[in-house]
Amino acid sequence: MRQRTRTRIADGVIYLLLTALAILWVLPIVYLLYTAFRVQPNTGIINQLIPENLRLGFGNFARLFRATDFPIWLKNTLVVSISSCALTTLFILMVSYALSRLRFRMRKPLMRVLLVLGMFPGFMSMIAVYFILKAMGLTNSLLALVLVYSGSAALSYYICKGFFDTVPRAMEEAAVLDGASQPVVFWKIILPMAKPIIVYTVLTSFISPWCDFIFVNTIIGESSKYTVSLGLYKMINAERNGFNDNFTVFCAGATVVAAIIVTLFMAMQPYYVEGVTAGAVKG
Amino acid sequence: MANGDKNAVKKISGAFKRGSLATRLSFFIMGAGHFLHRRYAKGALYLAVQVLFFLFMISGGAQTVAHLFSGDLGTRVSGEVWNEELQIFEKVRGDNSFLVLLYGVAALLLTAVYLYLWYQNVLDCYKADVMLRKGERLPTAREEALRLINERFHIPLLLPPLLGLLVFTVLPLVFMVLIAFTNYDYAHMPPGKLFDWVGLQNFKAFFTLSGGTSSFAKVFLRVLLWTFVWAFLATFSNYFIGLVLALAINRKGIRAKSVFRTMFVLAIAVPQFVSLLLMQKILDGDGILNKILGTEILWLSDQRNFSLLPRLMILLVNIWVGVPYTLLMSTGILINIPSDYFEAAKIDGASPLKAFMHVTLPYMLQVTTPYLITQFVTNVNNFNVIWLLTGGGPVDNIYYGGGTQAQSTDLLVTWLYRLTTDKNPRYNVAAVIGIAIFIICATASLIVYGRSASARSEEDFQ
Repeated sequence: MRQRTRTRIADGVIYLLLTALAILWVLPIVYLLYTAFRVQPNTGIINQLIPENLRLGFGNFARLFRATDFPIWLKNTLVVSISSCALTTLFILMVSYALSRLRFRMRKPLMRVLLVLGMFPGFMSMIAVYFILKAMGLTNSLLALVLVYSGSAALSYYICKGFFDTVPRAMEEAAVLDGASQPVVFWKIILPMAKPIIVYTVLTSFISPWCDFIFVNTIIGESSKYTVSLGLYKMINAERNGFNDNFTVFCAGATVVAAIIVTLFMAMQPYYVEGVTAGAVKG
Repeated sequence: MANGDKNAVKKISGAFKRGSLATRLSFFIMGAGHFLHRRYAKGALYLAVQVLFFLFMISGGAQTVAHLFSGDLGTRVSGEVWNEELQIFEKVRGDNSFLVLLYGVAALLLTAVYLYLWYQNVLDCYKADVMLRKGERLPTAREEALRLINERFHIPLLLPPLLGLLVFTVLPLVFMVLIAFTNYDYAHMPPGKLFDWVGLQNFKAFFTLSGGTSSFAKVFLRVLLWTFVWAFLATFSNYFIGLVLALAINRKGIRAKSVFRTMFVLAIAVPQFVSLLLMQKILDGDGILNKILGTEILWLSDQRNFSLLPRLMILLVNIWVGVPYTLLMSTGILINIPSDYFEAAKIDGASPLKAFMHVTLPYMLQVTTPYLITQFVTNVNNFNVIWLLTGGGPVDNIYYGGGTQAQSTDLLVTWLYRLTTDKNPRYNVAAVIGIAIFIICATASLIVYGRSASARSEEDFQ
């Protein structure tokens, strides 16, 4: 009996704590939504949480899609993220498969070199990357972004290889005995089994162009080639008075991006968790 | 590495001594040996490589490499030169140190690739010699192609990703490392002003402790210390809070598990730069938080006590940003802990706290070591959180500032970024900092990687 009351009290405390924390975690998002729908007053800063002349509505979204280049940025980001996601996923799968399943002379040194290369801060070399792209005649193009985002994909083989390491060898051995070639084993046997990790890789590589504004900023100069993140970032940081004039529209844009990402996550969440843990679970 | 070099030399000289005419010919003309062995397809490929490389070298490649080794990075400045004959100023395109260096490095990398192919060409030819002497049949082009998708499948798999790596990571990297040995800064911006090699001068500044509180060496140590403190606290605060939350949500009596989980995980959906900018605006001196509380606290720019408040706020915001990820991860792993462990603990009469300390925590730590290393390295390089919240600030001219352009909450990366994007950029100093970051992260991860079981036991589960 005493044991049960104690458990009850503990449960109550945990409920209380969890609720408080959950609210704390959701509050900034609520504030984001609130600002996105706040048509009046349309300034960046408001003096009270609920001002007297408050008016909510879709006005900011209308402004976002009609008065700014947001639709173009959205299209650019989609193009870049879909192509870079395809290329990145392919690269990561190829490298991880080779490092996990195939045995060749330089395998271990290569793994170490890749690990070490990944330790250089990316934007230390950003200016050099810019000039390489310029020499290739690629600055100010979306292709350049795709190449930059997926060019160093080989460095993130770690989690995916960890997953491949856990897939039993028995199945592919059976297939090889049946006369299947390596590419067939790769496509028909390993890839279907690696679904969670593929989903994880697709998801992470799809999302990164939506979040990066540093590399885009260096590589892209024309507003018509911006991605969503750079466009939004510039909206409140580059224009004069940008924060005060555009903050509500900025929040509307952020809401649209968040909605896209949420939809993706919802569709893939079960796989996502599986993928993250499968790669991380390695003693 | 040195061992491998010796081996390569031994192999190649052995091939020359014992090889046939075909092999010896392939030393000079790539693919020639293959032609003599009647392996036309492969021979043609090798020949094409050589022809292309020579064309590249003739059309300027050789000049670029020569320029790189000439001891300076260009002497002629672009500008206008008086032409006596025509009595006008003529525009002259001079050298551009930046491009001299970049193209030089690119040409060197290309040469390395060429040498490797040349080496393969000779060895391949010699191998054919040996086979012929033993009376074996040489593989046809078709058989060789088939080998590429079977025994040597790793080559087509690795080639495209590694090529991307070479162009977009290795080349820029070598380039930037070399920049650390030049005087490339705002006073030496090509094409107007050229820069040149200065040896170890940039590194020296980081080791000279004299020169007041804001000498380079002292500021560097301060930034380094904060980078370590930050990376450590950020990694473990996220890890433990995420773990505790996951445990709380997973607890037996708790209902609405998925509601709680969704509320926390929702934060991931908002792109990081958006939520960080939002937080910055909320915490701003004129921000909504101060308006609600009726206070005027400078959450992100109070310099007192060594900028303690901004540092704490950054850590707190980082918890908000990062915990959802660790929550997701630990939820997945907790489910996988074999339940016998807990039952055994229960039978022994262990309290929940004891079970956590002796079962859950050791299990989690063992399983997630690789994750923790990656997180630590990510946090050492955690640019976004610092840059978008405080921009590295507040400016503190007593302990930072001066000529170093560093600020109170700067990590090494944000300092590096400011040095390259400032109105007065100092690429050379930034490159030195980049090398420092690299040494820290690489050592940390190589030590832990070498010791962690995951490197040794990669085949345990297969």
